[in-house]
Amino acid sequence: MLELIAGSKLEKTINSGQFVVTGELGPPKGADLTQLKHHAEGMRNHVEAYNITDNQTAIVRTSSIACGATLVQMGLEPIIQIVVRDRNRICIQSDVLGAHALGVKNILCLAGDHQKFGNEPGSKGVFDIDSMQLLKGLKDLRDEKKFMGGEELNGELSYFLGAVENPFADPFEYRVDRLEKKINAGASFIQTQCIFDLDRFERWMEMVRERGLHKKVAILGGVTPIKSLGAARYMKNNVSGITIPDELIERMTGAEKKKEEGLKIAIETIQRLKEIEGVAGVHIMAIAWEEVVPEIVERAGLYPRPKV
Amino acid sequence: MIIAERKPLEKIAAMAAPYKRVCVLGCNTCVAVCMAGGQKEAEETATLLRIHRNKENVVGEVEVFSIERQCEFEMIDEVLEKLKSYDVIVSLACGVGVQTLVEHVPSLRVVPGLNTTSMGYPTEQGVWKERCLGCGDCVLDLTMGICPITRCAKSILNGPCGGSAEGKCELGKDIDCAWHLIHERLSAFGRLSDLEEIQPPKDWSKSHHGGGARTSVREDVRIDRG
Repeated sequence: MLELIAGSKLEKTINSGQFVVTGELGPPKGADLTQLKHHAEGMRNHVEAYNITDNQTAIVRTSSIACGATLVQMGLEPIIQIVVRDRNRICIQSDVLGAHALGVKNILCLAGDHQKFGNEPGSKGVFDIDSMQLLKGLKDLRDEKKFMGGEELNGELSYFLGAVENPFADPFEYRVDRLEKKINAGASFIQTQCIFDLDRFERWMEMVRERGLHKKVAILGGVTPIKSLGAARYMKNNVSGITIPDELIERMTGAEKKKEEGLKIAIETIQRLKEIEGVAGVHIMAIAWEEVVPEIVERAGLYPRPKV
Repeated sequence: MIIAERKPLEKIAAMAAPYKRVCVLGCNTCVAVCMAGGQKEAEETATLLRIHRNKENVVGEVEVFSIERQCEFEMIDEVLEKLKSYDVIVSLACGVGVQTLVEHVPSLRVVPGLNTTSMGYPTEQGVWKERCLGCGDCVLDLTMGICPITRCAKSILNGPCGGSAEGKCELGKDIDCAWHLIHERLSAFGRLSDLEEIQPPKDWSKSHHGGGARTSVREDVRIDRG
């Protein structure tokens, strides 16, 4: 048994060697958290932990830490996303201390969508540090007890650190280098961009295994159920970092029941991911379709979830 | 060089409207090269301004001339008396030129005729691209002569990020991914392993973020006024 870093359910499940499932919740464009709590409750027995996005697509929403703390109160486990777009190193470290004080045990480090895409396009992007530096900074804060500026931290911190990687970005050969760099920077788990092009993902995993990186980090494959043909086309053409093969668009076009087809694709993806050596689990991003997560988890043969 | 663009004529006309004697003052260095504020553009602007003022029944005259650089006291001094004869100067210099004028001759009323955009160079006729943010701590040695602070929308030092696709930035297919270019050059020079090193957070205190406008001092070349 490995020594635990944070003792989160996510970490324990990863360490147990069992296939991990994480979900995702997007905070609302308002302060009413009723729906967020409802969606969280709906997946309670189907996911280990929930990503809470940080002003995703650069649209102002309730803060990820506030929503995360709400989940903690519900006895659920958040994975707080932290992007470097809106906060400098002073604010990020301060927020991490605050999140820790509120019981948050998992942190996911990422850059964040550029403010140009959001509802405050006139805002000033901060980008004081990048996602790699964020990861390294938070690792050092936890392990070396040193703030990014070098001063000593009072007391102890224990959180489980993760990062994202996109096997569908270019240059393709660099994507494994980058994964390794993120591991060296402090990532214990990796969630990937939504996987639709499984062949490319498998090629990436092959390279990951060649370097033995799957043994150093838990790779959770990103899965998004497609709700409609429009959604598939929109993602293909408008969402950066996502590639959707034409066959998949054709399959959705030919399907009579689009939603069921979208679910089937997601379930098949998970089943294929389960077979790939080195994939430690899945991260299900059912954006605006949260209620379908339990069904996906059950039909993919991942239910009941392990007790850790 | 410094790159700028002329403000919309309506905006310039509105700034000059309260004044009778107007001077459109061109600047013949950087902004002349980027075809925004040299003698030619100053004459053009003055002509358009005269037509506009006639149409709007604004009384007064619009004159035009230019100097080599509005950002040097000596060059301003050469035309000082003439400048003082106007009610307003529409400066077609960059923001530095406008400020040099008012700092050197506080009695002048100066309005900006240009929007200063960046430091860069023309990549082709009629196209100028930003290439330096003046961060005060150049990293071009690490990045094969391609600036990620300027050319990456997120100024990342450990790239390329997950939004890089087919050599382009996630912000638009017309924007080259700076880190893709850096990756290519590192690869060509057999230095890809350079990317393994985690570049630490940048010291922004050397940039504008260190406390506003920066001052550079060279004691060895200062003139002792004691």
